[in-house]
Amino acid sequence: MDAVASFVAQLLNGLAGASSLFLVAAGLSLIFGVTRIVNFAHGSFYMVGIYAAYSAVAWIGEGPGYWAGLVLAAVAVGVLGALIEILLLRRIYHAPELFQLLATFALVLVIKDAALWLWGPEELLGPRAPGLRGSVPILGRQFPSYDLFLIVVGPLVLGLLWLLLTRTRFGTLVRAATQDREMVGALGVNQAWLFTAVFALGAMLAGLGGALQLPREPANLELDLATIGAAFVVVVVGGMGSIPGAYVAALLIAELKAICIWLGVVEIAGVSISFSKLTLVVEFLVMAVVLVVRPWGLMGRPQAPSRNAGAAEAPLRAPDRLAKAAIAAVVLALFALPALSSQSPYVVILTIDILVAVLFAASLHFIMGPGGMHSFGHAAYFGLGAYGAAILLRATGAPMEIALIAAPLIAAVGALVFGWFCVRLSGVYLAMLTLAFAQIAWAIVYQWDAFTGGSNGLTGVWPSAWFSDKRAYYALTLALVLAGVFVLRRILYAPFGYAMRAVRDSTLRADAIGIDVKRVQWVAFVIGGLVAGLAGALFAFSKGSISPETLHVAKSVDGLVMVLLGGVQTLAGPVVGATLFTWLHDSVARSTEYWRAMLGGIILILVLLFPQGVAGFVRQVVYGRREAKGGS
Amino acid sequence: MFRNPIRKLCTAAVAAAFAVAAAPALAKEPIKIGEINSYKAQPAFLEPYKKGMQLAIDQINASGGILGRQVELITRDDNANPGDAVRLAEELVSREKVDVLTGSFLSHIGLALTDFAKQKKVFFLAGEPLTDKIVWQNGNHYTFRLRPSTYMQVAMLMPEAAALKKKRWAIVYPNYEYGQSAAATFKELLKAAQPDAEIVAEQAPPLGKVDAGSVVQALADAKPDAIFNVLFGADLAKFVREGNTRGLFKGREVVSLLTGEPEYLDPLKDEAPNGWLVTGYPWYAINTPEHKAFLAAYKKAFNDHPRLGSIVGYSAIMSLAAGIKKAGSTDTEKLIAAFSGLTVDTPFGKISYRPEDHQSTMGGYVGRTKNEGGKGVMVDFRYIDGAKVLPSAAEVKKLRPAG
Repeated sequence: MDAVASFVAQLLNGLAGASSLFLVAAGLSLIFGVTRIVNFAHGSFYMVGIYAAYSAVAWIGEGPGYWAGLVLAAVAVGVLGALIEILLLRRIYHAPELFQLLATFALVLVIKDAALWLWGPEELLGPRAPGLRGSVPILGRQFPSYDLFLIVVGPLVLGLLWLLLTRTRFGTLVRAATQDREMVGALGVNQAWLFTAVFALGAMLAGLGGALQLPREPANLELDLATIGAAFVVVVVGGMGSIPGAYVAALLIAELKAICIWLGVVEIAGVSISFSKLTLVVEFLVMAVVLVVRPWGLMGRPQAPSRNAGAAEAPLRAPDRLAKAAIAAVVLALFALPALSSQSPYVVILTIDILVAVLFAASLHFIMGPGGMHSFGHAAYFGLGAYGAAILLRATGAPMEIALIAAPLIAAVGALVFGWFCVRLSGVYLAMLTLAFAQIAWAIVYQWDAFTGGSNGLTGVWPSAWFSDKRAYYALTLALVLAGVFVLRRILYAPFGYAMRAVRDSTLRADAIGIDVKRVQWVAFVIGGLVAGLAGALFAFSKGSISPETLHVAKSVDGLVMVLLGGVQTLAGPVVGATLFTWLHDSVARSTEYWRAMLGGIILILVLLFPQGVAGFVRQVVYGRREAKGGS
Repeated sequence: MFRNPIRKLCTAAVAAAFAVAAAPALAKEPIKIGEINSYKAQPAFLEPYKKGMQLAIDQINASGGILGRQVELITRDDNANPGDAVRLAEELVSREKVDVLTGSFLSHIGLALTDFAKQKKVFFLAGEPLTDKIVWQNGNHYTFRLRPSTYMQVAMLMPEAAALKKKRWAIVYPNYEYGQSAAATFKELLKAAQPDAEIVAEQAPPLGKVDAGSVVQALADAKPDAIFNVLFGADLAKFVREGNTRGLFKGREVVSLLTGEPEYLDPLKDEAPNGWLVTGYPWYAINTPEHKAFLAAYKKAFNDHPRLGSIVGYSAIMSLAAGIKKAGSTDTEKLIAAFSGLTVDTPFGKISYRPEDHQSTMGGYVGRTKNEGGKGVMVDFRYIDGAKVLPSAAEVKKLRPAG
C-alpha cells in the first residue's frame, strides 16, 4: 500500500512543479500570441524575478512584508519588460520575421552580466516564506506547506488570466490581436500600447514565477537558460496562445518527471534502466511525440497565416558584375591569407573557426531563408557530423579523409529521419520539433558514455599528418567551405531552388503547379543537414576533440544569431553574420571582463541600426539607390 | 556596487606606474603563463581562484621573479566551451608565446586541453578539473593535475563512511561525468570495505535542474540508513532545503562530496545541515603556519576570505614557479622532468607531483558540518594527505595506457 501512497505523494510534487512552470509559460505564450516575438529573454525575466524578490525581501524584512516583496519583484520585472518593449522591440517590429529573436538573445547576454554585477557570483538562497515554513503530514509523509500553496497558485492564476482574457475589453483585444493584429490596428486600437501592455504582463508573470520560487531554490545565474527551454516546451505542447493548454502541458510534463523520479532505477528483463536519468530529456520527448501526433499542440489551433509586418522578400537575382567582383576579391584574399599573416599565426587559426561558422550558418540559412523552415535545432546535424567523424576515426581507424566524406552522410541520414517528421509541420511548430529532435540527440550523446564519451566527449580527433600544420588545414577548410557555400548557391539558382522559394512563398500555389511540396522541403532539409555535417567534421578535426556542446541548443542559437545578424533575406547574410559574430566573440571576450554584456550591447546596436541584417543593409545601400535611379 | 570598477581603475593605475618605473630595469623577457578558464560560466568558484593566482604572481614578482625573470599571467575566458578553449590555447601558444598552459575547471574542457597539450607538445597543468581521466585513461606525458580527483575525494571520505556501518545506502548525484564517476567509485569502494552494504535508491537529476521535492521524497521512500550525496551548487541548496522540510536527514547519516567547501557551504546560510560527513576547506580554523600566512596575505590583498578556489589558483601558480625554478628553464621537456616528483609548498602543506601518473598529492579536509548561529562550518576535521588515498604505482600502470 505504501507504494501507492508514495506514488500519490509524487503526483502532489508534480502539481507543485507544474504551477511554477505554468506561470513562466503563460507569459511566454501571451507574448508570442500577440507580438509573434520568440522571446529568448523570458528565462532572464524569471531569473531577475527571483533575484529581485531576494533583494526586496532583504530590504523589507521578513514577516508579512515577505509577500509584498514577492509582488513588488513581479511588478518590477513587469516594468522592466515594458521598458524593453518601448525602447527596443517597438523599433524592430517591421524587420523580417524572427529578427526580434536576435534582440532578445542580446538581452539574455546583457541581463546575465547585469545580474552578475548587481548580485555577485554566489547563489542567493532566500528565507522561507512566513507561515509556510514547515510541512504538513500527508499520506505519512512530510509535505512542505509552501508546495500546497503553490498547487493552489497555478490554477488561481489560470483562472484570473481566463477572466482577464474572456471578460474584459483588454482581453478581447488581446485575443483579437492573436487572431489578426493588423485588423485590430485597422479598427482603431492603439497597437503600440497593446503590445507594450501584453509584453509587460508576460514579463510580470515570468517575474512572479521566479519570485514564487524564492523559498524553494537559490537565485543563481544559470536560471535563465534552464528555464527558457522548459517554458518553450510547455507553450508548444499546450498549443501556442492557449493559456489552459499551457497549464495542461505544464501538468503533463511535471507529472511525468515526478513519475520518472518515483520509478528510479528499474530492472526490466534483466536490464536496469534509470528513469531518473530520463528527466534530462523527458520534456523534449513529450514535445516530439505531441507534435508528431498533434501538429498544433494539445489545445492549440492551426496558426493563422502570419501576416508579417516586415517587407516580403524580394525575388532572388543573379549576382551582377559588382557582386561577382566582390566575391572574387574576398576569395583571393582568403587564399592569400596564410602568406599575408605569417607574422601573426593566430589569424589563420581564427579564420578556420570563422570558415567553419560560415559553412554552418550558410547551411542553416539554406533551409531557413529560401526554404522557409525555421530550424531551432540545426546543431544536431553539425554535431552528428562532428561525432560521426570522431567515432569513425577512433573506432575504425579510418583516416581523416574518409571520415570527412562519411561524416556529412551520417548527418544527412539524421536529417533524413528528423526531416521527415519536421516538414509535416510549419512555422514555429516546425522550429520546435527540430529543437526537440536536437535535444534528444544531444541527450543521447551526453549519456552514452561507451560510444560517444558522454558529457566529456571524445579526444584525439586530429587530422592526418600532412594537414597537421595549421596552414595546410586552413587550405583544406577553405577549399571545402568554399565548395559547400558555392554548391548551396548553385542549388538556389537551379530549378530546385526556385521550387524551394515557391513552396516558401505559397504552399498552395506551389502545389497547384505540380510541385511536390513536402518532398522539396524534405530534400532541402537533408541538403542543409549534409552541409552542416561537413562543417561539424571540419570543426572536429580543427579542435582535436569534441563534446556534446557541438549539438547543444546553444550552438543552434548561435547559428540563428549569425544568420539574422547578417540578414536572412540575402545570400551573403549568413557569411557576413557568421564572420562578424565569430570575430566579435573572439575579440570582445579578450578585451573586457564583462564581455557578455558588451557582446550583447554590440548586437543590440547592430539590431537597431540594421534591421535587415548587416548584409541586407549593404545591399539596400548599394542596390536600393541604383534601383531607385533606374525606376525614375 | 561600485567597488569593482574603482578597484580596477586603481589596479590599472598602479600597474601603469610600476610598468613605467620598472621598464628600464627589466632586461629579460618575462616568463609567460597562459591560463584558460570558464570565468563567466563558473564565477562563484573562479573569481576567488583568479585572486589566488594574482596573489601568487604578486608574491613571486615581489621576491624577484623566477630565474631572474618576472612572471606574467595571461588569462582567457573559454565561455565553458571546449572548442573555444582549444582556440584560445592556440592563441596563447602562437600569438602570446606563453611558456606553459594552465587552467580549466570543467572536466570536458580539461580533457580537451589535455589532448591539445599532447598534440602540440605543450606543458599543461590542469588546476581544477576533477575527472580521473586527466591523469589516468587519457593521461599523457605533457599534462599534470593539481587538485584531488573525483576518485581521491571519494576515497578520502570512505574510511569514515564505512565506519558508520550502515547497510542501506541511497545515492544522489548530478547526471554527468563527475557525478557518475563519483557514484561508481563510491559503490566500488563501499563494496570492498563493507560487502554486505546495499544501494537501495539511486537518483541522477540533470545538473542544475534537480526536482528537489520529488528526489527527496523518492530517497526517503526507499528508507535508507545513510545517503551519499554528490550534488553541489544550486542543486545542493535546493536538496538541503527540501530535505530539511521533509525530514529526510532526520536519523540518517549523510556523506557528501565537496559540501564543506565555502563555495557551496556559505550560500546555505541558516539551512546548513548538521553532522554531514563532508570534504571541504575550513579556512577559519586551519592552524598550520603555512595556511595562516596565506590567509593573512589573502585577506590583506583582497579584503575577503579565501575559498577553495583561491587555494587551487595560488597553488597552481606556485607549482609552476617551483617547477620552472627546478628545471632552470621553461623548456617543455626539462619542465616535465622537473615536475616528476616535484615538491611544492602550498597553504595545505607540502605536496608533490607523482611521477607515475602526474597527479599531485594535494589532499583535502574531511570533517562534519555544523550549523553555527545560522552559518555552516566544518568541525572535527582533519587533513588527509592525497598520497594516502591514491592507488599504488602498479595499479596506476594498469589505469594509464600512456605510462
